[in-house]
Amino acid sequence: MNNYQRLSGLALSVTFSVFAAVMLFPIGLTLVSSMMSEAEISQNYDLIGKMVDTANGGKDAFLNLKLLPDWLTFEQYAQVLILSPKFLSMFWNSAGLVLPIVIGQTLVGSLAAYAFAKLRFPGRDKLFFVYLMTMLMPFQVTLVPNYLVIDMLGLMNRSSAIVLPGIFGAFGVFMMRQFMAHIPYALTEAAKIDGAGQFTIFMRVILPLAKPGLAALAVLLFVDYWNMIEQPLIFLQDAVKQPLSLYLAQINQSARGVGFAASTLYMTPMVLLFLYAESYFVEGIQHSGIKG
Amino acid sequence: MAVWLFLGPSLIGFSLFYLIPFVLGFYESFTDGALGGRFVGINNYTDLLHSASFRKAAGNTMLFTAIGVPLLIGLSLTLAVLLNRPLFLRSWLRTSFMLPLVVPVASVVTVWQIFFDWNGTLNAWLNELGLARVDWMQSNWSMTIVVVMYIWKNIGYDMILLLAGLQSIPKDYYETASLEGAGRFHQFRHITLVYLTPTMFFVLLISIINSFKVFRETYLLAGDYPYDRLYMLQHYMNNMFFELDVQKLTAAATLMVVCIVVMTSGLLRAERKFREYTE
Repeated sequence: MNNYQRLSGLALSVTFSVFAAVMLFPIGLTLVSSMMSEAEISQNYDLIGKMVDTANGGKDAFLNLKLLPDWLTFEQYAQVLILSPKFLSMFWNSAGLVLPIVIGQTLVGSLAAYAFAKLRFPGRDKLFFVYLMTMLMPFQVTLVPNYLVIDMLGLMNRSSAIVLPGIFGAFGVFMMRQFMAHIPYALTEAAKIDGAGQFTIFMRVILPLAKPGLAALAVLLFVDYWNMIEQPLIFLQDAVKQPLSLYLAQINQSARGVGFAASTLYMTPMVLLFLYAESYFVEGIQHSGIKG
Repeated sequence: MAVWLFLGPSLIGFSLFYLIPFVLGFYESFTDGALGGRFVGINNYTDLLHSASFRKAAGNTMLFTAIGVPLLIGLSLTLAVLLNRPLFLRSWLRTSFMLPLVVPVASVVTVWQIFFDWNGTLNAWLNELGLARVDWMQSNWSMTIVVVMYIWKNIGYDMILLLAGLQSIPKDYYETASLEGAGRFHQFRHITLVYLTPTMFFVLLISIINSFKVFRETYLLAGDYPYDRLYMLQHYMNNMFFELDVQKLTAAATLMVVCIVVMTSGLLRAERKFREYTE
């Protein structure tokens, strides 16, 4: 490597670091603000959403971006975790919705993906196209008929109104099929010659090799459903059953300081899961994207 | 036989919660009520196309996709190309670019407010430069803001996909090209872009799906009825649902489905053509 290359590499690293800092800023600011006192928050951010009359000397009234707390305090966390039981109960609501969906969709999706990737049957590609299409549709497209079906099944206002459609979502099928398509036929054929049935092949050959794909899918589903807003808004009118995503939207407006702490707690499981599974996650996404 | 064992569970649930609702919706879009309505032909569609708020919503959605998706892919590609070499702190950088993907929207809404509010930080900076305030969320700027949020969230995902595509291009293609005296730009155009095309189709598809998800951001930031420019098809359909206007909703949904199907099958066909051409 000559000097020029070294220098341009350094310049690039610096530019990228600045960009990375910008990307991380919203996350960092939330974290830092969660450790400020309620007084400090309202002193700096009280002007959000207020129209200041500029004619009456309010000209320079801006909120104050506060990067460091005057002193660290965990009173917001205490408020969220101990003084308001609502947060924790909704946290568990979210978990109770998301965990069954992630496990269910990964399982059901892998099974179907195996059929699409490694078995031959008439109409396979057409059916896969139909799966692909529904995956692309925004939730609102089937809002009315979905409502009717959920209502007919007697699921309205129950968590299964969200969990069941979640389990059968097409994304898991799509992603796992993409991933399994990379696994060479030679491996499945060899197992077949050894006398293994399809189910044994699936369990012993395909699943172990598909681990990064499964990890990536689980993380992506976790993130997507942990984040869901549209579905509970329609199917869970009962406030006691609603997940954290909806609660947070309210608390952010009423008590901003508590909102920062709640937001931080809300994103923590996602961030930890991501950092823990990052290499698998990246590998899984990458395999789903390139043709084998 | 084995096929049904594997496909069965998925197919049953998928039919019940996706396929049947979809067919029902299609049917309802030609009737004058929820289930059991009278057949009215294309009346719902003519009503819909005459509705100003539908046209506004459809236009905004198209505009958002037309600006957001190419911009996102362009930026991710730049990032991926620059990051595709040994670099100081490389894995840290990758992690930071991807982190926004896993952060729930509701967690950072307040931060966006701090920046884009009328009294917000961005306006404070403008003020210091002696410029007038801009009402970011209540003007045509609002779409730019949502594009920024969309890019912030999705750039990492696209970058990772494109990086994989870049790494799958054999190195000797570049070596041969440089021996033959091809410049870097020439190499980029005739090797990188060509061999990246299959990945690009996939990235495009994923980016479009994710572009529909910005509804969450706009909903949390601006509610049911945001500024005109931000009023997208998802808002329209959501509001029609709460107004119990099943006809307009199902007709709008069907039109959207038709658009998506046409677009995707066009993309897939182009991809197949491309593969035949390069092989």
